[in-house]
Amino acid sequence: MSELTQEKIGLKSRRREQPVGRFSNLKLGEILARQGILIAFALFLIGFTIANDRFLAPDNIMGVVRSSAILGVMALGVTFVVLSGNLDLSVGSMMSFSTIVVLDLHDKIGPVLAIPAMFAMTMCLGALIGFLVGYLRLNSLIVTLGMLSAIHGLTLTYSGGKNMDIADKEGTWFSVFGQSDLVGIPVPILIFALLASTLGILLAKTPYGRKVYAVGGNGLAATFSGINRSRVVFTCYVLSSFCVATAGLLQASRSLGSQNTVGQGLELEVLAAVILGGASLMGGSGTIFKTVIGVLILGFIQNGLLLVGLQFYAQYIVTWIIIILAVWLDIAAKRGKLWSPIA
Amino acid sequence: MEPGTLSTFLKRGAIWGFIVFELIFFSLAGEFLSFSDKAFMDLDNMLLLFKQSAPIGIIAVGMTIIMINGNIDLSVGATYALSAIVLLDSMTWPMFAGMGNAVIPIAWGLALLTGVVLGALNGLIVWKTGVDAFIVTLGAMLGYRGLVFMYNGEQPTSHLNWTLVDFAEAQFLGLHTATWFLVAVTAAVWFLMNKTVHGRNAYAIGDNRAAATNAGIRVGPHMLINFMIIGFLASLSAVAFYSESGSVNPNDGELYELWVITAVVLGGTKLTGGAGSVLSTLGGVLAIQLLRKGLGHIGADTETVNLAIGIILIAVLLLDRQLNIKGKEELRV
Repeated sequence: MSELTQEKIGLKSRRREQPVGRFSNLKLGEILARQGILIAFALFLIGFTIANDRFLAPDNIMGVVRSSAILGVMALGVTFVVLSGNLDLSVGSMMSFSTIVVLDLHDKIGPVLAIPAMFAMTMCLGALIGFLVGYLRLNSLIVTLGMLSAIHGLTLTYSGGKNMDIADKEGTWFSVFGQSDLVGIPVPILIFALLASTLGILLAKTPYGRKVYAVGGNGLAATFSGINRSRVVFTCYVLSSFCVATAGLLQASRSLGSQNTVGQGLELEVLAAVILGGASLMGGSGTIFKTVIGVLILGFIQNGLLLVGLQFYAQYIVTWIIIILAVWLDIAAKRGKLWSPIA
Repeated sequence: MEPGTLSTFLKRGAIWGFIVFELIFFSLAGEFLSFSDKAFMDLDNMLLLFKQSAPIGIIAVGMTIIMINGNIDLSVGATYALSAIVLLDSMTWPMFAGMGNAVIPIAWGLALLTGVVLGALNGLIVWKTGVDAFIVTLGAMLGYRGLVFMYNGEQPTSHLNWTLVDFAEAQFLGLHTATWFLVAVTAAVWFLMNKTVHGRNAYAIGDNRAAATNAGIRVGPHMLINFMIIGFLASLSAVAFYSESGSVNPNDGELYELWVITAVVLGGTKLTGGAGSVLSTLGGVLAIQLLRKGLGHIGADTETVNLAIGIILIAVLLLDRQLNIKGKEELRV
């Protein structure tokens, strides 16, 4: 296949179109806008460091990454789904589901069996969504909205509406995933890092990863070049549910007991992190690395604002402003104009 | 869409058929399973059902406009909560002290103004920056919720004004005040969408934005107005509900956006825009509320409601796909 054809069907990343208009001669402006989120992140770090010298202390950084790990693990999977041109709003209630299931099974069949059983059940849900969206081509927003509600109902029915707790909290090794350290680094961070690098390589360096980009960039073109679009979308959802199951494991292991609404609302925060990282909701653009940056930005903003003495909830307002600015600058750089052409 | 064909008729009437089915099913099942002596189709029960449908219903009517216009609004739940706080808190502000009941219209006005301003902010950002409405309102959902929490921390905001409670609990011609709000809003928006230039333009924009622009329709202002309308309706919904309850938690209204979208989609409005009807949305809202009440009536756990609604939503999507697939030269790949 010639290089040109590959580029046309989206197998190779499309060359950036030359912007026309106000920014056309301003290479610097374009760079600023394209890498705006990294620059903003750097500015944030510098600002917070000046404001509070504890901000860059190793234990603080460790704490932030550790508390972001659960959100981060979920965001990794959602990145695949978003890249393939779909949405996943069900990850929050799916995370509640896996947390409740693993805690319940822990006492019934023991942790060794409970963990694979929970992964299998969660990935069955992911496969169901993947089948509906991938093979039946249903709208992913509505399907996952329906699954959000359905899985929430499933969790409530499963737990009988009660909270789930491990009976013997002291005597179980199950807490190792969420609470212990390995060579001085908390295990949740290690799992997050391991998963991020594995999925990052999968996305950037393998044929499968190129297929995900191709399907999200132009599904029809991908089909014509012999890519099984349905299967790619399907696997993205299964991958996402795998990440959700991992997040559920971390959550369950950290707290050893849980409400059945533990993941409620996380779906939109995860999506916010992915968007903040610069992934396009239209699909086909974004990377794992950028998503990790998005997750870290959310985490550090929350931490930094607290350290400079602002209320906990100020982070929501800052996140709001940053999300819109990040996406705005990104598309402004693409179209070469700051303001939208909408009449 | 050709009017008058059987499939169009089926699609239009499907939600009402579903409601009739629910009524019959729960009445019959209730005879055998229910612990209560009352029939499901009791008049009081139905009136209460209308009243309970109002908060979601009023917002859903607004969401229909937004979705016909080709946008989406995820921030309605937060707008709802913030308006409720403004409503209840403004009645205790010292500058309005000693005004007696004259403070009620002022508090209402302030609450509704809050909704309109928040909606306008979303609309302006969507218009001027060209960022997708999904992202703008996703951000706003977090931001507005942040404002809610900044206002009063995690404490509930409470203020009971008995005149207001009496008004909200009043029944006129059998219907509760909140139901009248829902009826009035549905009628007004139906008129707006079907009989005015703005409404027809909103359909045109949602159907094909480029064509609408070429036809000389100014897309931006129409979107702005629609976002202001949904902001207004979200706060109106809060006014209808919190006038009676008198206490708002900062978490109130969470996940409302998802319930509302579910109702609108059940009513047959397309996410891609250009098609949909306010009356069908009302059907969607009633269907969900009937399901909630009906499952409770036959003694099923309330938890099964979520399960049922999720499955129904996906089933509707599947059905819709089967109905639409005919006649289209769809590429099977």
